Amino acid sequence: MSHLKYIKEINNLTRMDETIKGPLPRWQKKCLETSNSSVNHSINTSRKMTNGSFPTPTPTPTKKNDTRVKKTPSKTSKKSPSRTPAKTPSGGDRFIPSRATTNFDLGYYKIQQQTNIEKNEEKLDNASPSKREMQRLMGENLHGGDINQMRVLSYQNKAPAPPEGYQNPLRVVYSQSKTPASIKASTRYIPQTPDRILDAPEIVDDYYLNLIDWSESNILAVALGANVYLWNAATGTIEQLLELNGNDYVCSVAWIQEGPYLAVGTTVGNTELWDCSQTKRVRVMNGHAARVGSLSWNSHILTSGCRAGQIVHHDVRQRDHLISTINAHAQEVCGLKWSPDGKYLASGGNDNMLQIWPSVSTQSHTHTQPIYSLNQHQAAVKALAWCPWQNSILASGGGTADRTIRFWNCNTGACLNMVDTKSQVCSLLWSTTYKEIVSGHGYAQNQLIIWKYPAMTKVAELTGHSSRVLHLAMSPDGTTILSAGADETLRLWKCFLPDPHKKKDTSEIKSVASRLKQSIR
Amino acid sequence: MTETQQKAKCITLKGSAELVKEYLLYGVNSILYQRGIYPPETFEPAEHFGLFVLMSTDEKIKGFLNTVLGQIQEWLTQRKVQKITLVITNVNTKEVLEKWDFKVDYEGQVSNGANGNKSNGLPEVGTKDVKLIQREIREVIRQITGTVSFLPLLDCLCSFDILTYTVPDCGIPKEWDETQPVFIANSQEVQLRSFSTSIHKMDTIVSYRNV
Repeated sequence: MSHLKYIKEINNLTRMDETIKGPLPRWQKKCLETSNSSVNHSINTSRKMTNGSFPTPTPTPTKKNDTRVKKTPSKTSKKSPSRTPAKTPSGGDRFIPSRATTNFDLGYYKIQQQTNIEKNEEKLDNASPSKREMQRLMGENLHGGDINQMRVLSYQNKAPAPPEGYQNPLRVVYSQSKTPASIKASTRYIPQTPDRILDAPEIVDDYYLNLIDWSESNILAVALGANVYLWNAATGTIEQLLELNGNDYVCSVAWIQEGPYLAVGTTVGNTELWDCSQTKRVRVMNGHAARVGSLSWNSHILTSGCRAGQIVHHDVRQRDHLISTINAHAQEVCGLKWSPDGKYLASGGNDNMLQIWPSVSTQSHTHTQPIYSLNQHQAAVKALAWCPWQNSILASGGGTADRTIRFWNCNTGACLNMVDTKSQVCSLLWSTTYKEIVSGHGYAQNQLIIWKYPAMTKVAELTGHSSRVLHLAMSPDGTTILSAGADETLRLWKCFLPDPHKKKDTSEIKSVASRLKQSIR
Repeated sequence: MTETQQKAKCITLKGSAELVKEYLLYGVNSILYQRGIYPPETFEPAEHFGLFVLMSTDEKIKGFLNTVLGQIQEWLTQRKVQKITLVITNVNTKEVLEKWDFKVDYEGQVSNGANGNKSNGLPEVGTKDVKLIQREIREVIRQITGTVSFLPLLDCLCSFDILTYTVPDCGIPKEWDETQPVFIANSQEVQLRSFSTSIHKMDTIVSYRNV
């Protein structure tokens, strides 16, 4: 029995999770102490005497002996209350914490809070001087001195602001602009003599015809009397394309923009279409009662003008080629040119009229009224040329009685500029290399004049023809002008050779030429 | 050294302050013209220090500059100015576009600091030749003229103001008031030449908005 009791007691002592009887709260202890101090004392003394000072409830392996010894005195006072007070002082002056009363969470929190505050205080104390120093240094850098040691003063009556709307004139210094090319003096060398002279026997000396055309593939078509010859400018070979019978002669030639097709206008009023790669006539298109003195292509539309003053649009793809016929002029149509973008057709007649027509690409081909009817020229308008870099600018030249070159804006119908050339204007051509225009003239000098556009100052005068310059054509690379004179010569002028300083501009033109793999010799 | 010799060769504190004031006057006028703040037709060329400087003919600007620079000259003799700043602001947005700092250093500061009373009372005498000082000033003004090449275009209506950074015990005269120092955010600074009268040493720094 006693043995079991003993084990139970041991268990009680060793097990911590059970309700701890052992250490009482201090106040209880104190109460107890005061109440049974005498007992305690006695016990204490007795204990001390028996087994000296022993650590009380700590479960040590040596407990067995201890408890046994402990037990013996406890026998005298068996009751549990006696046990607790007995135990507490048994550690002597040692403090035994009571976990039940200590609120660990709160305590931990309180301690942490305290330390945090302390830390923060420390931080503030430590960091703020360095920060202040930093601020001071930054301020000194910004103000060039400690701002706290300074006073910033300013006069209260401020200087007046500049006048309203005033603009800084230095803007001119900061903005840059290219000097316009037309202002720059021409320094390039223009040969005064033709590069080459070709014979053109039996060329019809008629102001109203258009007898030469230079194709994109560098082939020059020349109508000489009843014949059309093809001169390959690259190889120099000459080929006869056709010969008309009887008294007929060729009145006009015009190359399609791309391809080997050449349109030929004849005296009988037919327009023939030739495939020059095969030297074969493709088709004959009627539509006129008189000679066809002028032709112009607008992609698949071939427009022809005749002596009677009619203009006919042919769709060369269709069997029924006739699109429309317009009674455009009272007299012979001698100038006919589609604008490069195909929007406008310019026609000039012997009735001194210059007409601007709309495109016929629209389905209803009933436009029989011109957009603009310009009557400023005092003579037949043969020379017509559209500006290659400004779509709606048209240059027109008048005959002997007029002798002027006029520039028109075909969007507004306004005459932009006019220059008196003192000579019949037979032909006009814009340069594609320079902002220049070249005109071919008749009596008295039979010269070619190169003009700066838009200033219209003379760049060069090329003389050599002994009779009037009837027609002009330009090589596809834009460097050479061919003039056909009534003196039965064709002269090639290399007047638009690209400027070596303008490499960028020229490379573009050259690439076109190299693509064609052809050059003029 | 006799007194006559001093007068011939050397420069007094007063004379030095006047030279500095003249430099500021020509410098500010030159800046106003060169930076295109006012219409160029309101400027007229005048020869100073052997240099043609364009001076504003606008009465209000002239009056403003005379008052401000006159006061600054007074402070210069009292050694109260630390820095003079010409501020160019956009009239509409009040944004500071450009700032010209003229920093003043007082040479021989150590001896002055030791007995400030004495320096205030007695006109100090510098050791530098006036011709030499003028040549230095000329070179700085030439540099100001040359800054047009790198400063950005002031492409808006601009006005200018002159701030004076003084010592804290400086009294505030009538019609003057304390203001805030100005800054240019993300600025670029270029220091020009400096010159010295052997009493005042001027550093010229231009700060402009880094575009």
